[in-house]
Amino acid sequence: MSSGGPAAEATSAAALVAGHGEFATGLVSAAEEITGQPGFFATMTNRDLGADDIEVQMRALVAARGVRVIFTDLPAGSCTIAARRILRDRPEITLVTGANLAALLHFMSHGAGTAYEAAVGAAERARSSVLVVGVPGGR
Amino acid sequence: MGVDLFRVDDRLIHGQVVVGWGQPMRLGFIALVDDEVAASEWEQELYRMGVPPEMHVYFEDVDGAARALPGWQRDPRPGILLTPDIETMARLVVASPAVRTVNLGGIHHRAGRVHRLRYIYLTPGEEAALRSLAARGVQVTAQDVPSARPMPLDDVLRAQGER
Repeated sequence: MSSGGPAAEATSAAALVAGHGEFATGLVSAAEEITGQPGFFATMTNRDLGADDIEVQMRALVAARGVRVIFTDLPAGSCTIAARRILRDRPEITLVTGANLAALLHFMSHGAGTAYEAAVGAAERARSSVLVVGVPGGR
Repeated sequence: MGVDLFRVDDRLIHGQVVVGWGQPMRLGFIALVDDEVAASEWEQELYRMGVPPEMHVYFEDVDGAARALPGWQRDPRPGILLTPDIETMARLVVASPAVRTVNLGGIHHRAGRVHRLRYIYLTPGEEAALRSLAARGVQVTAQDVPSARPMPLDDVLRAQGER
């Protein structure tokens, strides 16, 4: 899902990927390997952090990197909870949960429009990239 | 069925609870016991978001939880009761004899806390509160995910930052 209001800035605005374990660094390394564009995303993990520290660290990254879009893994995850708290007083930021590689690649290549529009496009691309190939019953 | 796990976890509802425990337990409901969350619609909506629609979430303060617990225990679905800290769980134990086991699932770093396990940091006051729970006959163990070995309280309190 995505939440947050339309932002006026162009999509070159920075983005943050946050999640469990090596979710963020793994996803971002894959995106960088495919596009050859390093440094597009900030990353963070919630590993070994309590809820308060996750929010503190995320707020610091958002401020330091001028983050306008936050990508997280699980809708019920602690990074998503922290991001939702940040959105409460930073409505210019957009949150995309359930992020995947297709979402990041779309976000990186979306050249025009606002950060919010790019986030919406990334979420749509993420959904459409999940396919099931096979037959009932399998083999 | 009813409440199968009484868990202290400062992240409250998060991936480890909803997926890590929720899927193998076929979790039907979560009882979130936190005085602050129970008083805030916004906080409740925050935690409700992302929980699968078939999973019910109850929000109560400690007194409300003590009253609701007999009903939760009769629920045919398996459930998890969460508190954000040891102090809240200790108050619930005093208020309700139904709490006989406590799972330490995530108590993270904060000033004054000593590193015990990768996911457990405790102040001297929290350690005393846990010993007090054990003295009341409550079985206290640490276990972050179902596949991990439950660690008895005595071992937790002897641990020194083991991962």
